[in-house]
Amino acid sequence: MGTPFEINRIMLVRFIAVAALLLLFWLGTRRMRTIPGRGQSLVELAIGFVRDSIVYNNLGEKDGKRFLPLITTIFFLVIALNITGIIPFLNIAGSSVIGLPLVLAVIAYVAFVYAGIKKSPLGFVKNSLVPSGVPIGVLLVVTPMEFISTFIVRPVTLALRLLMNMVGGHMLLVLCFSATHFFLFSAGGWFGLFSIGTFAFGFAFTLFEIMVAALQAYVFALLTTIYIQLALVEEH
Amino acid sequence: MDLAALTGHIAPVAFGIATIGPAIGVGIVVGKTVESVARQPELQGRLTGLMFLGIAFTEALAFIGIAVAFIPFPA
Repeated sequence: MGTPFEINRIMLVRFIAVAALLLLFWLGTRRMRTIPGRGQSLVELAIGFVRDSIVYNNLGEKDGKRFLPLITTIFFLVIALNITGIIPFLNIAGSSVIGLPLVLAVIAYVAFVYAGIKKSPLGFVKNSLVPSGVPIGVLLVVTPMEFISTFIVRPVTLALRLLMNMVGGHMLLVLCFSATHFFLFSAGGWFGLFSIGTFAFGFAFTLFEIMVAALQAYVFALLTTIYIQLALVEEH
Repeated sequence: MDLAALTGHIAPVAFGIATIGPAIGVGIVVGKTVESVARQPELQGRLTGLMFLGIAFTEALAFIGIAVAFIPFPA
């Protein structure tokens, strides 16, 4: 207690989500067959989606193979920790405090800087700081802007986007359901009728949160892929 | 009412202002995507991916707006 390793509610939710994720994949891939059963084909569908429409579509097959494990891990970790926000009794997203989005953003940052430097250190710096076809005088303005947008704004927005989507979604749900509770039990009189409306909104936002959870996982994985792709482009 | 006498946190106002730009931006991105799909329905899959990418970049500005409320500014 009181140490950084203290187990609080969000840590507990994260452990549960990761355990559920591992269990699902273990169950799905326990007995691999050429003709997949129901569990295996679901897992194959999910992994195939990440592989084809996120990674291979943007990186191509040769580079895609190297970064596929990383992107797949990011996608499934983010989706598992986001979806806990709407699961009853857990009710908070594992990614709704800054720690996890920050760690993932740093991993993505290291990945695309590594990809660029491994390919060609000079080319990476030139591509990301000196856009081609810009006159030499304008570079004085453009180069600092490119530096800020590539090396500072990218990881910060990557972390903030995930975090604030989850925090904002959680706040909306809290607002709707606590308003329902208030109108139903505390307000008295005809105010109870309002609770129908607020509950309907809470339900609608719960459905919306399912979409946001999947969408943010998709966006996080896609952006990591795009950043790696931009680091790998040929010089021209 | 005296404006100078108002008390409270300025962060919600900042967030309200910060949503205006991204709202217009997301509207343009989605509207243009709908337009493109209407012209070339066979490109829908690819355009949807691009649309979410564009939305992700645009709405990051609104999320920076929310994050401002959590920065402990000296009062």
